[in-house]
Amino acid sequence: MERLLEINDLSVDFHTRRGLLRALSEVSLTIRRGETVCLVGESGSGKTITSKAVMRLLDYENGRIAGGRIRLDGLDLTALSQNELRSLRGKKMAMVFQEPMAAFDPVYTIGYQLVETIRRHETRSKKEAWEHAVSLLARVGIPEPRIRMKQYPGELSGGMLQRAMIALALSCGPELLIADEPTTALDVTIQAQILQLLQELKEEFRMSILLITHDLGIAAEIADRVVVLYAGRVAEQAPAAELFARPHHPYTRGLLDSVAALDTEKGEKLRSIAGSIPSLSALPDGCLFHPRCPFASDKCRNEAPPLISRNGRAAACWHTDKLLTATNAEKGSARQEIELLSEKLILAEKNPSASPFESPEASPDLFQVSGLRKFYRLKGSLPGRARAHIRAVDDVSFAIRRGETFGLVGESGSGKSTLGRVLLQLEKATAGRIRFGDRELTGLRGAALREVRKDMQMIFQDPYGSLDPRWNVGDIIGEPLRVHERLTASEKKERVARLLESVGLDASYANRYPHEFSGGQRQRIGIARAIALSPKFVLADEAVSALDVSVQAQVVNLLQELQEKLGLTYLFIAHGLQVVRHLSDRIGVMYLGKLVEIAPSRELFLRPAHPYTKALIASIPSADIGAKRERIALQGEIPSPARPPSGCRFHTRCPLATARCKEEEPELRTIGSEHVAACHYPL
Amino acid sequence: MVRAILGRALSSLLVVAGSSLLVFVIMYLLPGDPVDSLIDPSSATPEQIASLRHQLGVDRPLYVQLADYFGKLLQGDFGKSLLNSEPVLPKIVEHFPATLALAAASALLSVVAGVLLAVLSAVHRNRWIDVVARIVGLLGISMPTFWSGILLLLIFSVHLGWLPAMGSDGWRTLVLPAATLGLIGAGFIVRMVRNSMLEVVNEHFIVTLRSKGLSERSVMYRHALRNALIPAVTMIGMLVGEMLAGAVVIETVFSRQGIGRIVADAILAKDLPVVQGVIVFSAIVYVLVNLLVDISYSYIDPRVRRAA
Repeated sequence: MERLLEINDLSVDFHTRRGLLRALSEVSLTIRRGETVCLVGESGSGKTITSKAVMRLLDYENGRIAGGRIRLDGLDLTALSQNELRSLRGKKMAMVFQEPMAAFDPVYTIGYQLVETIRRHETRSKKEAWEHAVSLLARVGIPEPRIRMKQYPGELSGGMLQRAMIALALSCGPELLIADEPTTALDVTIQAQILQLLQELKEEFRMSILLITHDLGIAAEIADRVVVLYAGRVAEQAPAAELFARPHHPYTRGLLDSVAALDTEKGEKLRSIAGSIPSLSALPDGCLFHPRCPFASDKCRNEAPPLISRNGRAAACWHTDKLLTATNAEKGSARQEIELLSEKLILAEKNPSASPFESPEASPDLFQVSGLRKFYRLKGSLPGRARAHIRAVDDVSFAIRRGETFGLVGESGSGKSTLGRVLLQLEKATAGRIRFGDRELTGLRGAALREVRKDMQMIFQDPYGSLDPRWNVGDIIGEPLRVHERLTASEKKERVARLLESVGLDASYANRYPHEFSGGQRQRIGIARAIALSPKFVLADEAVSALDVSVQAQVVNLLQELQEKLGLTYLFIAHGLQVVRHLSDRIGVMYLGKLVEIAPSRELFLRPAHPYTKALIASIPSADIGAKRERIALQGEIPSPARPPSGCRFHTRCPLATARCKEEEPELRTIGSEHVAACHYPL
Repeated sequence: MVRAILGRALSSLLVVAGSSLLVFVIMYLLPGDPVDSLIDPSSATPEQIASLRHQLGVDRPLYVQLADYFGKLLQGDFGKSLLNSEPVLPKIVEHFPATLALAAASALLSVVAGVLLAVLSAVHRNRWIDVVARIVGLLGISMPTFWSGILLLLIFSVHLGWLPAMGSDGWRTLVLPAATLGLIGAGFIVRMVRNSMLEVVNEHFIVTLRSKGLSERSVMYRHALRNALIPAVTMIGMLVGEMLAGAVVIETVFSRQGIGRIVADAILAKDLPVVQGVIVFSAIVYVLVNLLVDISYSYIDPRVRRAA
């Protein structure tokens, strides 16, 4: 196959206040025509910088190509002027971005922005360009394209905008499509649709794709070849199948373990990569990965390994051979482990009363929720008139047992976060009852409510936004203590120190400020704050979604450890199904304000009863390259909770829906032991 | 859309009513008797004073005065001057065009100069034009008009003799006052739009636009500027208030006709009905301009239009 893009020894510098920083060094990669290459690595590894170097968009961001060549179809992109590049951008190479919501200019219509691009590169009349744009929108699966053309970006959903973005990128028939985390901001169901679309279009438009992702599952699914970046260098590159079967670099191996481990059942400790990616201003000597590498030797500490090619793949590691023999040896023992584990699980299932958290006098349930509703009145609707509500949570009943982790999954807009907030009384329920232990929460006000709050804490999604940047860590963690307990300064200091240690941070960090910490460390600080008052219950709303996989695994381990030590009960809300599976005892699936299925975690994944659950599970990209899944990715998008469909709310997207589903709303029915689902025709 | 505009118009009416009330109360609370400015209290007999008070209607209970005041306002009667019994409104209407010309010229100047400088300085950040823009911004908001006005007067009419120092006939007399007043507006607009541009330039969609191969000119002027102007438009409405207030000083410094001059004279003469009339009139102008700004806002920002 002919080579379309060739990057040789590319180095990129950034001008910063602290001087020049080398963000990429000697990166080489090639993409052949019709090939899909995935660039993977943690955040900060240089993936996006590589893509922006190809587009030469770096010039606008204080970046500079310090060395190396980038050739697109024989043309040296590093030698072209911005003016010459402009006629290539959008025409020969085009780009799709991570945040579809932010990638369009909000004050022009979708149609305007498409036509603008087409007319920039091709001499077509306005009318021709408009028609071409309409056909593109139709091709990428946007319903009613003529109406969408006249709409503004704010009026479309994220999934629709990403499709429109792809249409925009395709508008002048590029040969190279660069997609920078194109599905990261989207739900798994929409992610599956977009990935499928990209693959179809690749064939149809005969493009090459450079796909940047942190998700190895996506790479396994669509890549022909994978390039792994670490701290601005290529750690490894190989054909996808070979890379996933036998990684030649310990970093790749670590990433794979972090992902694969999430597929496992609860209780097992996850393998993760220790520490986090180094900052560009403080790179270690020798091999950049050595501080986090289990194989590191003196040689690694002193000498940077070159990228050595063998059999059509390449890795930059002194100890590839050691890694390979270690992997082979482990494979045997891993099989034994799995057998042991399944035996344990069978035992546990046979003897359910063996749960250590059950005490005879108290009810086994910590939370009992019945008939819970939370409606928001739509702006502009008059009070007293019916139907003008967003039904975020609509008649939900379930229980959370003491000491368990209850997982809650569903697409965005399904009402999971609202449910969590109503449970904690951060928002008042519209109707229904919530019992917490032996107290009725819905009627509590003032001091009584504050008293209960001690027992219910929360961990937030965004580790950056949830810590006050002007408070030091000691004050942040100590605030709940200050509010609820009378402690002297030295007692408080002592408690904060112990809390920091219990989340795996150094006690001396109490005097530092949030900006000095990485995302994973900040999340640990948030956890320390949540457990400061020894609560009974912790709500973790997307607590690990913003973190890199390797760090996710660390935080998940911490959460499990704390649960065992402190006897915590968790409600774990996430859109990442694998994490939920790993952490949860039982899982509830939400769709448009309704709980449609509740089952023990293992049961749910093995035998989903609701077609929605099945579709969610099928949408997860799997890093296991051998198991190419059947694609029954869900069609369409979640409807508006202001006007939910009649009958079963899922019937508009359900492959099995009948006339009955349209009229009659299914009740939650028992499917098996501890397994309920709201479906007329459970699978 | 029409409903939204009607709603805004209604609330504007309330603002005018509220500010009229406020002016009335303030005038009432001012120390001193309005009669004092008409006759010398030491030489007048109590009967003379009482009869004058009766003539002016200030001997009536407060609520009667208030009802009378609003009743007349609704009929367009702004009262009569204490000094020469001239009706106030016709006098304001007569002199308003001069002030309008001044305000319009300075508004035009501040918007054109302000936006242009702001864009250039954001595009060429840290270059000389950026330094100029920042200086204009600083001077504009920090120099008092009575000082900058006199400075301009000294340079351009006393020393260089290019422009007339006073009067209100012809466009040449407008240049210096408008420049003085426009400098304030330009200062505010430069700072505001520059910051807003620098923010917009860092938005994700700017990267998209460049990745489509658009020229920097389209990226900056067609896309970034329109987004950056959204917060600035509201401020332009508020600037009108600044301009009206500034007119009081400017018209005095440059000896121009106008309602600013009227109010300045009336204040010195304690001619309360005139002061009151000009303030109410200015409030109406201010509210009208801001109503227009709000309407135009929804044309610039489609999100506002669709939400309405």
